[in-house]
Amino acid sequence: MNRLIHDVADESGTAALGAALGRALPNGTTVALCGTLGAGKTRLVQAIAEACGVDRRNVVSPTFVLIQEYHGRRPVYHIDAYRVRDEDDFEQLGPDEYFEGDGLTLVEWADRVEVCLPPDRVEVHIDVTGPTSRRFEILALGAGYDDAIEQLRAALG
Amino acid sequence: MNLLAIESSCDETAAAVVTDRLEVLASVVASQDELHRRFGGVVPEIASRAHVERILPVIDEALAKAGLALGDLDAVAVANTPGLAGSLLVGLAAAKTICLAMGIPLVAVNHLQAHIYACRLAAGEDVFPCVGLIASGGHTSLYRCAGPLDFKLLGATIDDAAGEAFDKVANMLGLAYPGGPSIQRAAEHGDPRAYRFPRAFLKDENRLDFSFSGLKTAVRYAIAGPGKPDFARLDLPENRVADLAAAFQEAVVDCLVDKAFLCLRKTGLATLCVGGGVAANRRLRERLDEEARRRNVRLCIAPLALSTDNAVMGAIAIERYKAGKIEPLDLDVYPGVVRQPA
Repeated sequence: MNRLIHDVADESGTAALGAALGRALPNGTTVALCGTLGAGKTRLVQAIAEACGVDRRNVVSPTFVLIQEYHGRRPVYHIDAYRVRDEDDFEQLGPDEYFEGDGLTLVEWADRVEVCLPPDRVEVHIDVTGPTSRRFEILALGAGYDDAIEQLRAALG
Repeated sequence: MNLLAIESSCDETAAAVVTDRLEVLASVVASQDELHRRFGGVVPEIASRAHVERILPVIDEALAKAGLALGDLDAVAVANTPGLAGSLLVGLAAAKTICLAMGIPLVAVNHLQAHIYACRLAAGEDVFPCVGLIASGGHTSLYRCAGPLDFKLLGATIDDAAGEAFDKVANMLGLAYPGGPSIQRAAEHGDPRAYRFPRAFLKDENRLDFSFSGLKTAVRYAIAGPGKPDFARLDLPENRVADLAAAFQEAVVDCLVDKAFLCLRKTGLATLCVGGGVAANRRLRERLDEEARRRNVRLCIAPLALSTDNAVMGAIAIERYKAGKIEPLDLDVYPGVVRQPA
């Protein structure tokens, strides 16, 4: 399992990490985002989507609509499990279509629906370390992400 | 003329019958509670399957209340944007089926524009041109509304919707869902100045956008330090919850009021229409009232039954019908809010 820890001092660091992720992750990747309220999950998604050619202003919290699709240079699917009651509810959204698609699928509150996620995925755990500072733990589960993680490591110095 | 309007963009399944003189003959909204009571069984909160189960009983009930049969309808209107794709599709399929079977025209409704039109219905007179503010669990947007067929999006939230922020902050404070009413109640005995929470873009006169994510984070940080707090077990003292709720609510209201009136100044318009569930917030209404009186602006806020999701506001379709805006039966759903390029 490939693992990377990255600390940022403020939101601009989150944005830079998101941009690097957006460039490094191959099509078909599912990214599971885990972190408490206000950790910066949506902000990270905005940066990833922007790096994929999506207008950032269109990337807003999908808590209400549950799934948003953005069409940039490659498709980005933005799913939010916050309002989902259980795994059955989540399955009814048809997430497999996205997981098996060739875009980038980003799942907020992924820890609530862990059993529904594909075994091969990238997990991003966000820890609140201060009012603006955050620690990101990026885990590559399954093969196929080694290049991406190396690219990420290089981009983040 | 009798128009059947169908609304299924989110959790509510609704149908209404309105006439071309904007008389409401019937309005039925099946919220989850009512569904449990009336139709029995557990309803998945979010699934479009719930809409499938409710849509026909809701339409039947609306027609029965109006004392009409399908054959008495002259057109069917349906919200096809924005909302949950699966939910929108249920309403759209029902609307198309009735149109095809009865040979009557289909009219498309933009859910957000309909929220503003609800103010027109409540006012009982023309409100256009106006600035439209929509604040709900899923949306926070400002529109320039030149007329009932001419809406331009001027600003919107770049992260969380206002109602969503209420829900999430309520969760952190250990208050009940939905967050709007419970925060309002908790805030009654709180001091809005006890905490100084951020108000995004407030000083930026060039932006009509909103951002509530940073505010949510600030509240989180006022409650608990670093790490992953278990909000359910924090057990905050009641007076602290009251102060936090009041200060949070004041920050949201500040942003909504400030940007709405900035939008009025920028557009030179003198009428403000406010829709969406957050419009029910008492503090927001007070502040909008004050500001409107001070600036000589006509303020139209729909009553609660018309500001939360309903099908009556689909009466905006009457305007489209009269303007000849009829849709083909291969009309699709558009789940997202589409922004014009900057």
